[in-house]
Amino acid sequence: LGTLSSPNSLRGLTFKAAVLIQQWYRRHVARLEMRRRCTWRIFQSIEYSCEQDQIKLHNFFSYLMDQFTPSSSKERDFISRMFISGESYKEAELEKYCDYESIEVPDSYTGPHLSFPLLPDHATALLEAFQQKQQLHARYVLNLLHETRKHLKQLPNISHVSTCYSEEVTVCGDLHGQLDDLFLIFYKNGLPSPSKSYVFNGDFVDRGKQSLEILVILFTFLLIYPKEVHLNRGNHEDHMVNLRYGFCAGLSTISRVHGKKILRMFQNVFCWLPLATLIDQKVLIIHGGISDTTDLEMLEKIQRDKFISVLRLKKRKESSRKPQIEAVNGESEAGTDAAGNEAAPRLSLQPQSAQAPNTANRLEFSRWLRQTVQEQIDTCRRLMDISESEPEELTYSSVVSLKDVDEPCWTRQEEWKQVLDILWSDPMPQEGCRENKVRGGGCYFGPDVTEKFLDKYSLQFLIRSHECKQEGYEFCHNRKVLTIFSASNYYEIGSNRGAYYQANKTAHMLTMTQRISRVEESAFRALREKLFAHTSALITAFRSYDGDNTGKITLSNWATAVESVLRLGLPWRMLRPQLVRSTEDGMLEYKSWLDDLAMEQRSQEHIQSSLLEVIYRNRSNLETIFRIIDRDHSGLISFEEFQQTWKLFSSHMNIELTDDGINDLVRSIDFNKDGNIDFNEFLEAFRLVKQRPS
Amino acid sequence: MLTFYLRDGLIAEIEKKITEAFEVFDRESNKTVDGREIGCIIRSLGCFPNEAEVQELLAKIEEPDGFVHLENFLRVMTEVLLDRRFQPIPEDVILHAFEALDENKCGYITKEDLVKHLTEEGERFTQEEMEDMLVVALDPETNTLHYRDYRTKLVVDETKIFPFNV
Repeated sequence: LGTLSSPNSLRGLTFKAAVLIQQWYRRHVARLEMRRRCTWRIFQSIEYSCEQDQIKLHNFFSYLMDQFTPSSSKERDFISRMFISGESYKEAELEKYCDYESIEVPDSYTGPHLSFPLLPDHATALLEAFQQKQQLHARYVLNLLHETRKHLKQLPNISHVSTCYSEEVTVCGDLHGQLDDLFLIFYKNGLPSPSKSYVFNGDFVDRGKQSLEILVILFTFLLIYPKEVHLNRGNHEDHMVNLRYGFCAGLSTISRVHGKKILRMFQNVFCWLPLATLIDQKVLIIHGGISDTTDLEMLEKIQRDKFISVLRLKKRKESSRKPQIEAVNGESEAGTDAAGNEAAPRLSLQPQSAQAPNTANRLEFSRWLRQTVQEQIDTCRRLMDISESEPEELTYSSVVSLKDVDEPCWTRQEEWKQVLDILWSDPMPQEGCRENKVRGGGCYFGPDVTEKFLDKYSLQFLIRSHECKQEGYEFCHNRKVLTIFSASNYYEIGSNRGAYYQANKTAHMLTMTQRISRVEESAFRALREKLFAHTSALITAFRSYDGDNTGKITLSNWATAVESVLRLGLPWRMLRPQLVRSTEDGMLEYKSWLDDLAMEQRSQEHIQSSLLEVIYRNRSNLETIFRIIDRDHSGLISFEEFQQTWKLFSSHMNIELTDDGINDLVRSIDFNKDGNIDFNEFLEAFRLVKQRPS
Repeated sequence: MLTFYLRDGLIAEIEKKITEAFEVFDRESNKTVDGREIGCIIRSLGCFPNEAEVQELLAKIEEPDGFVHLENFLRVMTEVLLDRRFQPIPEDVILHAFEALDENKCGYITKEDLVKHLTEEGERFTQEEMEDMLVVALDPETNTLHYRDYRTKLVVDETKIFPFNV
């Protein structure tokens, strides 16, 4: 750095020193930023691949419906039970079933009491109670849900808000059960009031631990200030999705006795949530996004309560076979498919596939029907083959749940697509509109689609949520679309900020380095688990690069192989130092690396390791299936049901599993409840679920 | 003309690394990156350019709209890595740099001095950069930077996570 002599050179010295320090520091910051972004990528790719699983699972059910020929009446019953559950009740039945008046509130209850009509004091009491971790009694919850449902029913599909009545409108994005974030928003922005309107843009539940509390608070404010508080439905206000993501499980721990009723009521409340909110005829707020076929007029007219789940298949056994043919040619004769079995009603078809042919020709129609059925089957088969990793052309073999089947199916199909698009779509930077393969539902819509849409309805601006953003919010499409995400620390403490539409930023609590390390740890743990779950496929891939059978491969080949198996689109070379600890001459001993990964997952040694791998890979699907089978939400299923589920699942997932294998599995679980299995124990035993806090 | 003697695989590997780093910052997945992030990308590939050097590089590849295309970046960056330009600053050099700012040679620098030097001299820090550094670097009780400890801490953090070898 030179020697000291005169003041000038001293200044020159410090100048040079400053340059060096700045240079060095900026390098450090850049590294941190890269780590941050990589970690973010990891979380996102894993999350989206989970959502894909959800759709795969759903397709699996559809496939079962179409293909599975039960070998016994028992199996037939078993299958149909999977689908007929979740009946939507008629009004009177619902009231009777979810009756709350007979529920006594004991004197020992110290939580808040509600009476109707609700007043602002009730809201305050609830907020305070929840802050002190108290719970609301089931009776009040049910009562609240009944009143909410009554209120929601009279609302239109698209709520209208006018800013001339209230001075401010605040829009909040996904909350996902994170009550603290809602409190923070209320604290910083104020509670809903006649001068302070709020729009909550869906995804109130799942993932976070306090979904029920959030719903109670939102519904309470909705009833107290019906003109000022607006709720939009999100894709998580959906029964099928709830089964997977924890809302259902959470409810049953809260109230074993009444959990079932509460859940039923929620199903029937969610479907009545409005689909969109329009402010001043200028700003449209929807949960997901739009597509190039989004039609606001159609959306306004549909009966939104028919869509209990946009992912759920529901049928009535007797009458379902007929209407399709009836509507077309007036004859009540069921078609037959290639196998000669009675055709499962094709209530769902790819919107883009060939139009129904001229219906006068019945023969032609049958042929067309058989062909499209075959196509569907083939697609499902392909989707079920988990070793295949090409991105599939997704066919919507999911259907709406229908309350009545009198009307022609084609209209239902269109309506269903409208709702699906609103709840599941994401914006993309490229022009055009294509299927959202990552999520498995809805579309990716480009700036041109936005422009056209806004133009068509004379709108200025779209606000949506549905995607977690690191800063809590993000503009795109020439600032015509705003994404708002309110659940902070969504993946892990420090992963992202929450935001609401007043561009507020939450405060830093930890230093940047601390935050990044913590989040990183979490991300890499999840990634290592994923790697473990694909052990066999990885070995095969590695071996293909190790022709001489040395047991080693280059790091470059490691990266290529891992991406080809996992398909997460991650920068593996950047992540490698965190995943691969030791190498020799730049070569990796892959077998021992995989062994290390396995050791991290505390596995049960006596269980076949390939079976374990299968369980890990499909764990969320397994959990969902169990919960569907467990119709009374008791957490118990019979031994037989367990075996059957497992057999079905494994046969259609192309997993080889002997009967002994299944029995070993079952024997390792402690089931002493008269042939019933507490599947929570099963899942926890294999660390398939995170411990839920009690 | 070094490339003539190197293993083919090496260049391919370098290109893959560059592409990966680039894509992390490619928000719209269209093989372009905002020019302002180029410095970050270059640095996370193991290089220690100063701001002037970053700007010089950027000038070669920046489009009129401020974005940089992958193919241009790849071309320029591969050369940078092969030539081993912008080498890391050795630990002792950084130590001397801190010492140069420590007028009284007492082992620490006061907050005021630090701020003065780094925001007024050299390739000046922005307000935000300065604040971020202070949050971690300063000892809150004395409001001074004990640079030996600070430097050690940062070095440890780095090598633990990203030992980058070409």
